[in-house]
Amino acid sequence: MGVIEKIAGPLVVARDMLGVNMYDVVRVGNNRLIGEVIQLQGEKAVIQVYEDTSGLTPGEAVESTSLPLSVQLAPGVLQTIFDGVQRPLDIIAEESGAFIAKGVEAAPLDTKKRWQFVPTAKKGTKVEGGSIIGYVQETPLLKHHILVPLGVSGTLESIKDGTFTIVEEIAVVDEEGGKKTPLRMMQTRPVRKSGQYKSKFRADEPLITGQRIIDTLFPVAKGGAAAIPGPFGSGKTVTQHQLAKFADSDLVIYIGCGERGNEMTEVLTEFPELKDPKTGRSLMERTVLIANTSNMPVAAREASIYTGITIAEYFRDMGYNVAVMADSTSRWAEAMREISARLEEMPGEEGYPAYLPKRLAEFYERAGKVETLSGKIGSVTIIGAVSPPGGDISEPVSQGTLRVTKTFWALDAALASSRHFPSINWLNSYSLYIKPLAPWYNKNLGEEFVAMRSRVMDILQREAELKDIVQLVGADALPDAEKVTLDVGRMIREDFLRQSAFDAVDGYTSIRKQKAMVECILHFAARAESASKAGVRATLIVAMKIRNDISRTKEWNEETFEEDKNKLLVKMNEEFDALVREETGAAEKHEKKPEKKVK
Amino acid sequence: MKFEIDYKTIESVAGPLVVVKNVRRAAYNEIVRINLQNGESRLGQVLETADGYAVVQVFGPTNGININKTSVTFLGETFQFGVSDDMLGRVFDGQGKPIDIKAEVVSSEKFDVNGSPINPISRTMPSDFIETGVSSIDGLMTLVRGQKLPIFSGSGLPHNELAAQVAKQASVKSGEEFAVVFAGIGITHDDASFFINEFKSAGSLSRSVAFMNLADDPSIERILTPRLALTTAEYLAYEKGMHVLVILNDMTNYAEALRELSSAREEVPGRRGYPGYMYTDLAGIYERAGIVKGKRGSITQLDVVTMPGDDVTHPIPDLTGYITEGQVFMSRELYNRGVYPPVNPLGSLSRLMNNGIGVGKTREDHRGVADQLYGAYAKSQDSRSLSAIVGVEALSDTDKLYLKFGEGFEKQFLSQGNDQRRTIEETLEIGWDLLSALPDGELTRIKREFIAKYRKNKKD
Repeated sequence: MGVIEKIAGPLVVARDMLGVNMYDVVRVGNNRLIGEVIQLQGEKAVIQVYEDTSGLTPGEAVESTSLPLSVQLAPGVLQTIFDGVQRPLDIIAEESGAFIAKGVEAAPLDTKKRWQFVPTAKKGTKVEGGSIIGYVQETPLLKHHILVPLGVSGTLESIKDGTFTIVEEIAVVDEEGGKKTPLRMMQTRPVRKSGQYKSKFRADEPLITGQRIIDTLFPVAKGGAAAIPGPFGSGKTVTQHQLAKFADSDLVIYIGCGERGNEMTEVLTEFPELKDPKTGRSLMERTVLIANTSNMPVAAREASIYTGITIAEYFRDMGYNVAVMADSTSRWAEAMREISARLEEMPGEEGYPAYLPKRLAEFYERAGKVETLSGKIGSVTIIGAVSPPGGDISEPVSQGTLRVTKTFWALDAALASSRHFPSINWLNSYSLYIKPLAPWYNKNLGEEFVAMRSRVMDILQREAELKDIVQLVGADALPDAEKVTLDVGRMIREDFLRQSAFDAVDGYTSIRKQKAMVECILHFAARAESASKAGVRATLIVAMKIRNDISRTKEWNEETFEEDKNKLLVKMNEEFDALVREETGAAEKHEKKPEKKVK
Repeated sequence: MKFEIDYKTIESVAGPLVVVKNVRRAAYNEIVRINLQNGESRLGQVLETADGYAVVQVFGPTNGININKTSVTFLGETFQFGVSDDMLGRVFDGQGKPIDIKAEVVSSEKFDVNGSPINPISRTMPSDFIETGVSSIDGLMTLVRGQKLPIFSGSGLPHNELAAQVAKQASVKSGEEFAVVFAGIGITHDDASFFINEFKSAGSLSRSVAFMNLADDPSIERILTPRLALTTAEYLAYEKGMHVLVILNDMTNYAEALRELSSAREEVPGRRGYPGYMYTDLAGIYERAGIVKGKRGSITQLDVVTMPGDDVTHPIPDLTGYITEGQVFMSRELYNRGVYPPVNPLGSLSRLMNNGIGVGKTREDHRGVADQLYGAYAKSQDSRSLSAIVGVEALSDTDKLYLKFGEGFEKQFLSQGNDQRRTIEETLEIGWDLLSALPDGELTRIKREFIAKYRKNKKD
């Protein structure tokens, strides 16, 4: 038991603290605020407090819990919204009303609720940390497997079947040396330590998001990491929300780290009504929300990222694909900077602590596709939003992030202001997963898909170059063939890449429909090129009626798009044939297999 | 409640900071009264406390403080501000003392000026359309009740006129009136009387509360002024069920006071000398906008931020933009071309717009029209810069159409009188007038059915 000596903002210095460990959780003052030891100096400890310290007085007591900052994991985690240190916000609201009061004690999980536990392991089974001994059907979407806590190993002496609370005994393990360890559904894990697994693989399957520019041009792999930096108003949050809604992972952990209160409210009101495109169930049934908004205490913001990723690892260990959205990691880094400045540490670049890149790397390296301790395959994908000051990504958080992520979605303020959404710049963004994912594309979408993607990138690049020339000499000075390229580039941008998050049909496009849309555009490109070579004027090609149809391909229904595509291709061929006939007097030979033309 | 304890042990005074020694158990953020020998007293707040000393920030000037004679009283509570509905129609200084007439306000209740964070699950998503009567805002960056929308402006631009116009004209469909809480933060006497006169002339003074920290008032007081305004607004909104529009003018002065305080405390500076915690601090102010479940009222914020050097990447507008739900962006170029209000849609945004528009709120075609106007105006800018290089003659027909659209858009849609109030229908009709001059094929952002229904046939 120690005594407070000094208070400055979220930092408290306490004396008589001999015996506490670094990063132990302590309760500070008469209100028993939650804090964590972050520095030891002799018998003094420096504590960062996760709540507002107003009113705290020197002389008040500090009590150590002798435990590191941990999360509680058991059925009941799903569909809950927690603050940065895993207090459920609905319990806080019950305790203290609409405004968050200080020192509210709220147990992370309901210990009274009973769950139907179905054992899958039998008496006599050898188990160790990470082994699965049974499950609870937590939501219709998700089986919550019950794992043996790390550090326990031996033979199952008994295992029960029935309804239990998460703190009741469900099994007993006979450990080496005759120690009998009771198992409960609930386990705790320290948040600052990366979880354990057997081995890590190279990612080989894309996270399908239904967002065309992401899936087709700049994919992220399941188990990969993506960074999404951009100035305010460029659509970071909308993009994160879209991914949380439509990504084909089994679970989504959404961390609202230092962002707007209304955004979390939006997620809370919208997600329960949204349906998972695969199963038709409510999206909340696969979602865990962590909300530490910008006006909530800064130290808990620092912790929120760790709380989120630890929950993600727990579900990964059951063999699930988990997607973590962190919005925004810059606020996390700023919280680190604020604490560091109060500790009077020597500042690194832009005042950030020198260990910032290390912390960023440690966080992103917790992503990955792994073989779990129980031999299942699971993954954690991290998508981190970055909010660089003034949108300039030469700053330390963006740079530290780009070094450890393989997909980069460059948000562009100019695109956003012309209302081109998602405002991901197609020239600056990249994905290093194209190559490792190629076998998956070949198998699931046909050998031609990767080539089609390159062709699209090619046209966009060419279009950008031509636009520079147009800026100098005007569009009329271009040769006809290049006018056509300009037109196709525009078609790709407006009819394919632009996607409205607020439209029921356009908001999600399956990867197969994406391919069909690209096919139509590339077929147009190919036919336009040969028509132009045959002497058809560019103005006529640009004015073709079929272009209207192409611009409406995003309205295609997910069930019938193959049919729609074939109809459109036939119509396109007819219009081109007629045009060429009229212009050159001789019909160009009809091309039947559009895909083959793509190179 | 603690006993009030008097200390005559000031050790040092530097800038706005006073260090008091031999203090026993001062609470963090506790309020102190500094008693000068001439009988005057000032308020301060504990910024750092330890066994034996406390660092106090003084709200007000430090002149007259004497190490031997001045005493410091620790009041045993954090900063509480007494509020009541008698405050409506009154004008206060930056510390909450009435300056219009001598009569003190008898406060019915006291609240912590720092407020408490609203629990995100207790918020109601803002979705009530506010008709400001200003076409650019209503049509393109719609304000909704409970939103925080700053005006990003520059020195010499008419942000005061626009803020006053919005305050006077804002209304919701259901007809409930707004109460206005105005906080002048470091504004000139001239601007302060402009606002008071505007409220008077509109007959809305009786439902307004004004806090005036003027440019020559102590800068540290600016830390307090917006908090007093918001505490008053919260009382009116959540205890009295009123819909409150809060105007904080100008947050740039607030941020500069924060920097001054930070440098007096010798803290490690962040970007451009502003403290590293400025984001958190600003969020503590902006996030007090909103609607709370189970309460009738709401708080909508319209904050003025003048961008130093018109630079939107400056830390003050930058951090503000990351917290607020969009921004109204004023352009010097438009202003110089005689456009009032010179709102440039291309830098502007309302993040909550989608919740407040559409069927039953504004009109079914609103989203599409707004997107199309944005897109077309962006294109007209491209055409304009192209024509500056190659000449109007060399432009394609489409580019010429867009060039014309851009001019019409600025003259008819963006421009309006500073007392002109347009309904949302009028705004959308002007939008259609302009869009109808473009060929059908260009209107890719509006649903076909709406084009058929609303497009004007005239071709000119």
